[in-house]
Amino acid sequence: MKNDSRFRQLEAEERDTVEFEFDGQRVRAPRGISVAAALLRAGYAQCRSAPVSGAPRGPYCLMGVCFECVVEIEGLGTRQACLIEASDGLRVRSSLSG
Amino acid sequence: MTDTRSDVLVIGGGLIGACVAFGLLRKNLKVTIVDQGDNAHRAARGNFGLVWVQSKGSTFRSYAALTRRSAEIWPQLAEDLREVSGIDVGFQQAGGLTFCHTEAEFAQRRDLMRHQFDADLPYPDAYRMLERDEVARMVPVIGPGVVGASYCKLDGCVNSLRLLRALHGACLRLGGRYLPGIDVTAVQPSPAGFTLPTASGSLSADRVVLAAGLGNARLAPSVGLETPVKPMRGQILVTARSAPLLSLPTHVIRQMDEGTIIIGDSQEDVGFDEGTELGVLGNIAARALASIPVLAKLRAVRAWGALRVMSPDGFPLYQQSARHHGAFAFSVHSGVTLAPIHAFQLAGAVALGALPESLAPFNEERLAFQAA
Repeated sequence: MKNDSRFRQLEAEERDTVEFEFDGQRVRAPRGISVAAALLRAGYAQCRSAPVSGAPRGPYCLMGVCFECVVEIEGLGTRQACLIEASDGLRVRSSLSG
Repeated sequence: MTDTRSDVLVIGGGLIGACVAFGLLRKNLKVTIVDQGDNAHRAARGNFGLVWVQSKGSTFRSYAALTRRSAEIWPQLAEDLREVSGIDVGFQQAGGLTFCHTEAEFAQRRDLMRHQFDADLPYPDAYRMLERDEVARMVPVIGPGVVGASYCKLDGCVNSLRLLRALHGACLRLGGRYLPGIDVTAVQPSPAGFTLPTASGSLSADRVVLAAGLGNARLAPSVGLETPVKPMRGQILVTARSAPLLSLPTHVIRQMDEGTIIIGDSQEDVGFDEGTELGVLGNIAARALASIPVLAKLRAVRAWGALRVMSPDGFPLYQQSARHHGAFAFSVHSGVTLAPIHAFQLAGAVALGALPESLAPFNEERLAFQAA
């Protein structure tokens, strides 16, 4: 699909993992990767909607530039998921209206 | 590169140069745009994107008239650019607001608008003074300190990055030649027109238009003109994208078509420094919050500084050289508002070879008069 992420997880030996919450669903990820990478890895291509058009949006640049991956983390809105490391117990919510 | 002769050489690929080139190309003239690189001081990429009328020209009637005329024909430029470049520049013209925070400010604003639109150069239905209740109906998110606003129906806004891209795209599509990465230090007048030596060869043309922004100060003497423009910095703060909050722009706060809100109202005389300063940005944010308190919920995601191109009295300079016929220098700080004037009227004048009498109020003579 046009909007599928081009990022793929490289083959890696099994590492220590963490578990966090995304919109109430549990997501498990290797320790040390960002929330955005963890979401892509778990198959969540969409983490927000564009505030004006409502179009589905998800992690794109993974380096802090594009602001496509903004989510709510621990109650704070407009967090860039690619700049925050996934950690145990983190509560992440999709931002569906900016 | 061999010497490829053009009808017109345009020095500067910002909003003024690109608008004039667009107009000339539509008249089937052969045009070459010489531009600096991506590191140039470029007001065209740093501006606020307003088509703004309500506060302009209260002390200079010709400027008020020019600005109003430009706002009236903006829809035509937006349509032409969409047609030629395929790019929608996001032009909106539902009017604009200036918030007043005290009764005294409101009274002062009312007097200014009456002077401008009722007395000096009448255009009675262009504006309205709005009491708080009426402003709140248009923009429900205003803060408790807003006592009223002036509204002008001619005001509007564009996405200025798309405007520059659309102009460049349109120029290329119409057969214009665009040469970036060239620092021009002087233009050489010759009996056959004008020549511009570059590292990769010489360019020549019958006419030359200096539209190099702040660079005009350095270039103009080479064609016998004085263009005393100086930089005036403005800083802009950008928020994360938000659902639509502001249906109308003010001259210091506006929401872009894709949701970001941009805020900026600094005027700083700091030379060629394009940086940002936390103190100035803090003041900009504080003033914006007094008007629209809910902005506090949005994260600021970036900020930038850009340099306005200011003439000594702040008004446009449309100059033609008396010594070297065919040389023009155009310098303004309202490159968005006046874009249609530049694309239609100035381009037409360059094509004919002389500026019309109606633009005489904008030549350098008024500066000499003021200095005397």
